[in-house]
Amino acid sequence: MNALLPNTFLKLLALCISLVLLGYLAFVSLVYGVVDTSWQTVIDAYTNFQQTNEHIVIKEVRVPRVLNAIAVGASLGIAGALLQSLTRNPVADVELFGLNAGAAFFIVVAVTFFSISSLTQFSWIAFAGAAVAGLIVYILGSFGRDGLTPVKLTLAGAAITALSSSARHGLLVLNDKALDEVLFWLSGSVGGRKLEYLLAVFPYMIVAWLAAFLLARPLYTLMMGEDVAKGLGQRTLFIKIAAGVTIVLLSGSAVAVAGPIGFVGLVTPHLARYLVGVSARWIMLFSGLLGSILLLAADIGGRFIAMPNELPIGVMTAFIGVPFFIYVARKGLERK
Amino acid sequence: MKTYFSLRHRRFPVSLHIHKRTLWVTLLLALATLVVAIISTGMGEMNISPIEVVKVLLGIGGEQETLIVQEFRLPRIVVGILVGAALAVAGSILQGLVRNPLAAPDILGITGGASVTAVAFLLFFETLSIKWLPGASFIGATLIALLLYALAWKKGVTPLRLVMIGVGLKIVTSAAVTLLITFSPFLLQNRAILWLTGSIYGVSWDDVTMISPWIVILLILSVIMTGRVNVQQLGSEIATSVGNTVNRDNFLLLLMCTALTGTAVAVGGEISFVALLAPHISKQLVGPSFGSVLSVSIFVGALIILLADLVARVAFAPLDIPVGVFTSAIGAPFFIYLLYKKRNQ
Repeated sequence: MNALLPNTFLKLLALCISLVLLGYLAFVSLVYGVVDTSWQTVIDAYTNFQQTNEHIVIKEVRVPRVLNAIAVGASLGIAGALLQSLTRNPVADVELFGLNAGAAFFIVVAVTFFSISSLTQFSWIAFAGAAVAGLIVYILGSFGRDGLTPVKLTLAGAAITALSSSARHGLLVLNDKALDEVLFWLSGSVGGRKLEYLLAVFPYMIVAWLAAFLLARPLYTLMMGEDVAKGLGQRTLFIKIAAGVTIVLLSGSAVAVAGPIGFVGLVTPHLARYLVGVSARWIMLFSGLLGSILLLAADIGGRFIAMPNELPIGVMTAFIGVPFFIYVARKGLERK
Repeated sequence: MKTYFSLRHRRFPVSLHIHKRTLWVTLLLALATLVVAIISTGMGEMNISPIEVVKVLLGIGGEQETLIVQEFRLPRIVVGILVGAALAVAGSILQGLVRNPLAAPDILGITGGASVTAVAFLLFFETLSIKWLPGASFIGATLIALLLYALAWKKGVTPLRLVMIGVGLKIVTSAAVTLLITFSPFLLQNRAILWLTGSIYGVSWDDVTMISPWIVILLILSVIMTGRVNVQQLGSEIATSVGNTVNRDNFLLLLMCTALTGTAVAVGGEISFVALLAPHISKQLVGPSFGSVLSVSIFVGALIILLADLVARVAFAPLDIPVGVFTSAIGAPFFIYLLYKKRNQ
């Protein structure tokens, strides 16, 4: 595959451009909205805080929102890249594989039956849910002679999603209190979440980002085939398990912060591969960075299209992601 | 004993080749549907004995029982039967058409398309009579089905590509519905959410009169088409060589499938997995011939919805759980099982 950016200099340049773009989007997201402010006000809110409306909006609403979008976007992008290499599947995504639905279901169960509302427990439950759903989908998808195929994985994901979301609906109908607590969270959004939610899972995210970066090359070797990887002296089982744990950490913490958001992880690895070609670590890096950009842009779009209403960010990402999904599915999933 | 017997009339152009087992199974299931319907009508916050229900139906019941049965319970039962039959037949047609056991209108996004236009209709055309709702959801279902075919077309349609693109379209339609709900007034929001899970809560005789003509006509049409589909199951080449107009038939069948789905969605919302389950159960009972599957699945679908709705209504009383929760609790594991069974194909 020909990369758009063949050498390191161009890649670094693209990295800088992406960072500038991210910074610009963050600026737009901080400054503009239902209440328009200015860059000066944003700085003042931290250096010279007064109890004005604008300062409070910036500190309590906008800054957490931007940070959430960046962290969650990066996590989802990297999780997508890992999933796509681990399953050797161009249409892998945490939403399609039911990881989001599994985490959401576990959280609803926890709120309904165990009245859990503490943040740290929330994130562990989300990890457990994502792990269980992911494992089931992986096992279901690898049944049969031809092993893991995109179609089987997608269908298994669809079935698990349907199952857990209907169980979730049933529980929510049974329990009105939980409905109020959870419904907002279930719609998937980076807004309206306090910074503590993010801080509770941020350590896991950092660890998982680093792990993904380290796993990038071994996974790339693994993509050439189990036998090849073994022949090169790789402990393939260890790599697979490590990748699985990393994916669960990433998607679980993303869900714990922002609720179920799909398709970011589907799109960004493709874009990253288009940009940088076959260098595994660069792909990981760009998947994360583009994930942040995509989610932040989707969030800004969702806020501005229907002002003063807000479109759920999951809707925005679905509208971006599904045409892409269909394009990839049409291009051919048959392994060459 | 012969497996088939023929039914002919000297004067009228009627000639039916009837599979005996299918006839028996169909009659038995019809009877079972009737019994379950009567028992289910009796159950609820005030229990009415089945005999009393029959009396009410014959017009000789007590005044209070008559009120409860006729005004509150019966519409829901009738709608359940109609919606179940419609979904089951839509599923049978689609599976016959696509020749893929995993195909179902809800998995391929056709149900989702129906919901989008139905919600949009409720939002933007408040002044129009509600009678047009099935029409609106039919249009949505048809548009999505055509889009699905167009997108899956690449020198022909492979079942796998069709299913993958269907899964994608389903996600788009549910995003579109969420979008519409965000913009709708609060009152409609609640209704829409209940609807998305699939529920026949609070239906009235108006709903029955709204959907029954459509469903009856479409069921008759689908029975007329069975002969052609039977041949098609042998492959489109063979169907062409015995003189079927394959493309036109396919298009008609697709329209019938979307019309049935649209009508069911207009009242029941997205009751998932019935359209997948019913044809499979029917196949287990009477074998793969399309005509048999079709006639049996009518009652299998009705029974599934009746039983699921009975549980939804009675098990957690006074709460009324959306029936869709139960159908997918049965349907999703079954789908996984199908996936497992097909693992080497």
